[in-house]
Amino acid sequence: MNRLLKHREIFLAMAILLVLVLVTARFPRFAAPGNLLTIFNDTSILMMLALGQMTVILTRSIDLSMAANLALTGMIVAMVNAAFPGVPIPLLIGGCVVVGGALGAFNGILVWKLNIPPIVVTLGTLTIYRGLIFVISGGAWVNADQMSPDFVALQRGVFLGLPVLSWFAIVVAMLFWLLMTRTPLGRSLYAIGVNPTASVYTGIDVGRTKFLAFTIAGAVSGLAGYLWISRYVIASTEVASGYELTIIAACVIGGVSIAGGIGTVAGALLGAIFLGVINNALPVINISPFWQMAISGAAILLAVVLNARGERRHGRVILRAGV
Amino acid sequence: MTPPVLTLSGITKTFPGVRALHNVSLELFAGQVTALIGENGAGKSTLVKVMTGIYQPDAGEITIAGKPVTLPTAHAAFEAGVTAIHQETVLFDELTVAENIYLGHAPRNRFGMIDWRKMRAEAKETLDSMAAGIDADIKLKELGIAKKHLVAVARALSIDAQIVIMDEPTAALSQKEIEELYVLIELLKQDGKAILFISHKFDEIYRIADRFTVFRDGEMVGTGLIKDTTQNQIVQMMVGRSVDHIFPARNAVIGDTVFEAKGLSHPTEFDDISFAVRKGEILGFYGLVGAGRSEVMQAVFGMTQPSSGTMSLDGQTIAPKSAADAVEAGIVYVPEERGKQGVITGQPIFQNVSLPSLKKTSSNGFLRAAQEFDLARTYTERLDLRASSLSQNVSTLSGGNQQKVVIAKWLATHPKVIILDEPTKGIDIGSKAAVHGFMGELVEQGLSVIMVTSELPEVLGMADRIVVMREGRIIATLDNKGLKPETLVRLAAGIAEEEAA
Repeated sequence: MNRLLKHREIFLAMAILLVLVLVTARFPRFAAPGNLLTIFNDTSILMMLALGQMTVILTRSIDLSMAANLALTGMIVAMVNAAFPGVPIPLLIGGCVVVGGALGAFNGILVWKLNIPPIVVTLGTLTIYRGLIFVISGGAWVNADQMSPDFVALQRGVFLGLPVLSWFAIVVAMLFWLLMTRTPLGRSLYAIGVNPTASVYTGIDVGRTKFLAFTIAGAVSGLAGYLWISRYVIASTEVASGYELTIIAACVIGGVSIAGGIGTVAGALLGAIFLGVINNALPVINISPFWQMAISGAAILLAVVLNARGERRHGRVILRAGV
Repeated sequence: MTPPVLTLSGITKTFPGVRALHNVSLELFAGQVTALIGENGAGKSTLVKVMTGIYQPDAGEITIAGKPVTLPTAHAAFEAGVTAIHQETVLFDELTVAENIYLGHAPRNRFGMIDWRKMRAEAKETLDSMAAGIDADIKLKELGIAKKHLVAVARALSIDAQIVIMDEPTAALSQKEIEELYVLIELLKQDGKAILFISHKFDEIYRIADRFTVFRDGEMVGTGLIKDTTQNQIVQMMVGRSVDHIFPARNAVIGDTVFEAKGLSHPTEFDDISFAVRKGEILGFYGLVGAGRSEVMQAVFGMTQPSSGTMSLDGQTIAPKSAADAVEAGIVYVPEERGKQGVITGQPIFQNVSLPSLKKTSSNGFLRAAQEFDLARTYTERLDLRASSLSQNVSTLSGGNQQKVVIAKWLATHPKVIILDEPTKGIDIGSKAAVHGFMGELVEQGLSVIMVTSELPEVLGMADRIVVMREGRIIATLDNKGLKPETLVRLAAGIAEEEAA
């Protein structure tokens, strides 16, 4: 099982390499270190969001509200920054994590205490959060000239040769790796995804664990809210509209099982990077946006087929051992 | 005498490590009810699955109306005229009664579309002939279980099934509904159907069956006419087994009461349950499936909350609100369905064992692999777990070894009371002996064991005292000294004590 998972990640890494090689054959500059770092930086926000989404998907749930959460938190932080330019940026970032976490916790409470299916809960909160952006902003945008210079500059700073935005992704990925492999909560996330009934009998509080997963996904969305707004330097009602599906796509391509219990940090990261590479590479070789979407879609289906095959092989192992 | 409609001969079916049926034969006659009797695990369900095309026998022959047949699929069995009515009816809640009756063989009009008018009319006719009093146009979910059974019977009539299998059809019915079912069975008999009736309840069997066949440990041990046989004779056949299994001698010292339940009640599942288990004691819970034993244990384990009654552990009143509470207090539960409720398949052995003890094996909120492995090694070695490594995925283990993983997991939490629900169900003889041996060790070390089991030799061989439950109530609490198996079967099945011959 572990070998199979690793195998899947190696397969994905090779697919990414293949795309790089193919594109580089026509445009040698594509694989230049500088360009690769740019792709990594471009993908940083998606990587963080995919890790948050994976936390939720592992527990057999799904969070459709992450992009809306990102946009709402982003609007709030942009308006605060516009109104009170003196508030220090670290405080603003901390505030984003708290607000995003609270929005995620609201999802989690509904799933935990009212036992509503996560897809319904987050479809509802998606709409609510999007609506709240209108309510607080009155439909107006917060433009670049309203944001303080520090607010915009932070993530563009370079530290040890990498943009600060990339460092955010690296640190978040390390935190998630610790969470998944080195903490009781991480173990519980996998356990309730694989076998919720047995987890209850083992004394794991399934509802509470799901609640925590949604809160974590929300906190990541909040952080991404600040990073997104300060990167694209505009806060509007339409920020990241439809992006929730890209996040889920990154997870699925990365081998995170929608049925829960299967997925790794490396897989989710590679899934995000794969989408990032595709989106950067295809315009370079003059492929129309329509084909970009079709290719991303095909990658999702291919990933699902490969995952399904993996599950089947897993099933056969049980039988052989039973004989 | 007329020849049988259906004959099974020499049927054998083996599962890995378990011989479910061995050289079994069965005959069903038109217009007669044959009761299939046996303890849990005697092979009745397996036989039904062979007859309905779900399992393929390894050997043996099936003959229907004089012609040998094979039933490779459930559909083939359906075509051959075999239909089964299960405890929990397999019908579709969201479809109408008429659609349920005719699903798969609905009348068509000349365009090949379903002829709704004809279907409704025929469904109504069939239901009326049964005096069922069911409207063919309402959705199935609006009916109670008894009425759903009637729909299943109507379906059987509509496909002109000659052989009707009823697998504990009365399990969820009220007395009045059972009476209605009897009337219906009479109707089916008059119609010339051959009926196989599976039940644990002797009053039902004596009320409606013409013949009986007794199974024990996957073999047919007796068959005959009900009118020539007393209940005692049938009970003898059910329990009179050869001793194929030596139970370990135990020398645990029985101490003071550890856990006590007083007057536990639940609105629908059990009523006025009081029992106590002492240090070093194995308390057996015997009863038929559905007697409420597991439900009581789930309340003790905090999975459900009893509506009244109290529990105490070491003299302290406890009221576990969740499984986590119960584990914290020192009560652990090894559930009946290992795959579904016990192990986390897809995760390695050591992670399964350490799961409830992660607080102990981690420091500053981070897991420590070395401690986890130590913990897992300690407890799996004590249980003689056979695995190539502790990183092996539990789903690759046999049932017996999976059970050991579940038990090891709980021992690592240092419990005071361990509840084992059907601890040896579906595992091979060798692993059974290991689990039994281990239960002996547990009580020697001063644990209290509550063992829920439906296997007579197990409860008689292992328990110090036996609580017998029937229909959600405790019927008797007996010291396991010189108890006769017949006594337990009678109590559990509700047969009045008869004159000893």
